[in-house]
Amino acid sequence: MTHTLVDALKDECYHNSAIELLFQLADDDFILSYRGSEWLGLAPHIEEDVAFSSISQDTMGHAAMFYQLLQDLGAGDADELAHVRSAGERKNAVLLEKVNGLGTYLAEPHYDWAFAVVRNYFYAQAKKIKIESLKNSSYQPLAEAAVKVSMELYYHLLHWKTWFTQLMDAGGEARTRMESAIKIVLDDLDGLFSLGNSGPELTKHSLIDSEDTLRAAWVNRMSPVFESVNFNIPEKFGMKNGNGRNGEHTVDLKSALDILGEVYNLDPAASW
Amino acid sequence: MVNTVSIGQLTEEANYDRFMERIEAGEKIETEDWMPDEYRMTLIKLISMHGISEIMGALPEKEWVPKAPSLRRKLGIMAKVQDEMGHGQLLLRVAEDLMKPLGKTRENIIRDLLSGDLKFHNVFHMEAKTWGDAGLIGWLVDGAAIITQTNMLDASYGPYARALKRICAEEVFHAQHGEAIIMALAEGTDEQKAMIQDSINRWWEALLMFFGPGDASTTGTSKQDTTIKYKIRTKTNEELRQDFFTKYIPRVLSLGLTLPDETMHFDQDAGMWQYLQPDWSKFKQIIKNNGPKSKERLRLREISYTNNKWVIDALQN
Repeated sequence: MTHTLVDALKDECYHNSAIELLFQLADDDFILSYRGSEWLGLAPHIEEDVAFSSISQDTMGHAAMFYQLLQDLGAGDADELAHVRSAGERKNAVLLEKVNGLGTYLAEPHYDWAFAVVRNYFYAQAKKIKIESLKNSSYQPLAEAAVKVSMELYYHLLHWKTWFTQLMDAGGEARTRMESAIKIVLDDLDGLFSLGNSGPELTKHSLIDSEDTLRAAWVNRMSPVFESVNFNIPEKFGMKNGNGRNGEHTVDLKSALDILGEVYNLDPAASW
Repeated sequence: MVNTVSIGQLTEEANYDRFMERIEAGEKIETEDWMPDEYRMTLIKLISMHGISEIMGALPEKEWVPKAPSLRRKLGIMAKVQDEMGHGQLLLRVAEDLMKPLGKTRENIIRDLLSGDLKFHNVFHMEAKTWGDAGLIGWLVDGAAIITQTNMLDASYGPYARALKRICAEEVFHAQHGEAIIMALAEGTDEQKAMIQDSINRWWEALLMFFGPGDASTTGTSKQDTTIKYKIRTKTNEELRQDFFTKYIPRVLSLGLTLPDETMHFDQDAGMWQYLQPDWSKFKQIIKNNGPKSKERLRLREISYTNNKWVIDALQN
């Protein structure tokens, strides 16, 4: 059954589930966009800097859209939700909060391009599958947002897939680095599909497909790509560093949030 | 021994005369056209410095991209910095075409930057300490850039003039983005007002230097005569600085801010702004990569260059 904003506000159980899912979506994009913006000026070449920052911008735009949907549902002011919530309140997958590599974005950023490519590609594909599912979400404003996100996502996916196959096929050092990056990403990949403790509720309300459906769709979509680059995809993915959907996070998130909220928190009441 | 003029030299002179006639007539010179070496070298220097400055200029603002204090500001500054990188790319493409006959590529530009042979703009050696600085860069640094670039919109070299048209259109949005940040601070709390005043105080000297020395007597060399001769630009450094004052001083003052120069005033008789000269010896040091943040920012580019070498190697295989 389709729910409008008004319907959602009348049904407490449904309302809570919609908020839960939107936090997962918003927090995922917010933190990954941040990791992308840390790469600004550091990408392998200038053309990539322009393309990657365009993707990070789109991703931040999607986060802003999801935070706005939360605000509409009465969860709080969108900027406050983005800038003030502590690490324990965040619902993003742990994979997306992991640092880009050694150093910070301000000093000695020894970032790993292989990790950037693999994380972004695997995430873009998972997000695409979720967005396809959300186009049929029972929550109408979310289904409408999904249509807009979907169009931009097409290019993100194409971009990262190109990098992925090119570097996997390059052999030598590139192949070795890519395989190590894949291993690290797979260790926490399952966190992308998790819907957290409230997963069954979200599915029951037809807000999104189940975790199993999402994961199977990902494997289905990725198998031919892995095959084309001669890589065997493992049967199971991990959540080695915890399930972010349930508020489990690493220290990497805490330091990122301190930076993201630094100016806002100088005076949250001020107009910036 | 009969003193003759070689055919080659005659042709060279004829070519030069023809070239000067063309630019005097307002014609555009294209990449494949004949051009004097001095013209080519001046353009390569100017455009590669402009391009690399856009790229180095992304770095101080990048520091504030994640810290921007709202979702809307985050999106705004992300778009802005992306544009700057895009300008850098566009300009380096123009420079690369000019360098081709010399057997040089973008690789040379990046290496020259890292070795210190290629300079980048003085303002991007400065520290961007606060969010106020991020706003001020958008408002006044981009505002200053609009003034210098508008001066070259009709440049005799066609590819540069066309690139500048697109760049200037985007810079107008950047200046508006910066102005919006500044307005919010100027109309905000006492701390926010103090933040922007502090930014102006710290950045003023760098903004004066932005337009370059008035003439060669201050720094020893100046390319402005050559660029004017070849119709790459029309106005002198000082004329541009005066245009900047005329446009921005009333705006700064109307926001209730002050300038860190009590002598600044418009001299009606001379028809010019009178102001305290910046310390030009400091300017010389800054552009020699001895500015407050020169080394750190170059280090970022160096890290990017060395860390991603395996990627470039893989793409070239």
